[in-house]
Amino acid sequence: MSTRDIVLIALFAALMAALGAFPPLMIPAIAVPVTAQSMGPMLAGGILGAKRGALSMLLFVVLVAAGLPLLSGGRGGLAIFAGPTAGFIFGWIVAAFATGLVVERFWAKLTFVTAFLAAAAGGIVLLYAIGIPWISLVGGVPLATAATGSAAFIPGDLIKAGLAAAAIVMVRRAYPMIRQEDRWRTAPSDDLD
Amino acid sequence: MIAGLYRAGDSPLHRTGAGTKLLALVLFGTLLLSVASPIVAAGGLLLVLGLYLAAGFGARIFLAQLRPVALVLVLLALAQLWLSTPSEALLLVLRFAALVLAAGLVTLTTRTADLVASLERRLSPLARLGLDVGKISLAVSLAIRFIPAVGQIAAEVREAQIARGRRPSPVSLVVPLIVRLLKMADEIAEAIDARS
Repeated sequence: MSTRDIVLIALFAALMAALGAFPPLMIPAIAVPVTAQSMGPMLAGGILGAKRGALSMLLFVVLVAAGLPLLSGGRGGLAIFAGPTAGFIFGWIVAAFATGLVVERFWAKLTFVTAFLAAAAGGIVLLYAIGIPWISLVGGVPLATAATGSAAFIPGDLIKAGLAAAAIVMVRRAYPMIRQEDRWRTAPSDDLD
Repeated sequence: MIAGLYRAGDSPLHRTGAGTKLLALVLFGTLLLSVASPIVAAGGLLLVLGLYLAAGFGARIFLAQLRPVALVLVLLALAQLWLSTPSEALLLVLRFAALVLAAGLVTLTTRTADLVASLERRLSPLARLGLDVGKISLAVSLAIRFIPAVGQIAAEVREAQIARGRRPSPVSLVVPLIVRLLKMADEIAEAIDARS
């Protein structure tokens, strides 16, 4: 891992903190406030790739655990990890990794659609697949109950996956970051840009 | 440097080492979750309440710790009341309140820098397995320094767009911000490599 990789990982952990300070978007159709922060794992994975993206989220989670109030709404500290929704925080690491993996796979011909699928697979499907069983397990409620409680956030997350996909495609054009040697598993060389 | 959630003080809890407090928190959590009794959970909650008083924290700080989890906790308690028994609902609320408050107490009485140092000490034996602890330290200290800088750049990008008469949308804000960060990364990495 080069110094540049370390710097990128630290910068995206800091970006995650900046996203937490963005004012939440209120969308009239859905009653739930949409915070920009959960776009972070999608962006980190989709722009830095699986490995560096996941490490930047791990770094962010460590900083929150160490007592910095970096989660949206100024939350932070160890108390967050003792709460029932901690699975969604830990899930960010996996979400960034999965988003990065899919984006790396389609890197040569990345379109808005493939970037959206990558962001949704990692940042929604996988994230909920970790967060919902976590609530169910530690909160002692059936999976279906935990899923119903979390469903209100899905429309907002779909919007965020769309925004993240647009950003991933635009940044790739302006400043492509994923090179052959940065990939988690080396793909066939013919799809190198 | 951004302000952490640490609250300065001179209590025995403030003076206890970060590693000791983390270990105590893990033991407390394990005990709390392994005994399914509302009485034990209530005892744990009282113990934590006593520790808040001992650390010099009043009701305001105590309640502020519960606010982030309050809504989820109420919803879970209602689900438990509906699906299970009142005693199960009580156990759930008491357990989470005790656990969240105990974790919050460690955060309130331990400086971020001390927690990070404790983590690094704990990781250092893994250096033999190929883990580069120096690079982990570098990443942590860089991120802490970048947080205010990235917030500043985000504000600049937003102001520049408003000045051009554009209403900043999330994408038009995030893309220029990220491109600036990626350009910065090259310069910072070169500067670090040149100095070492």
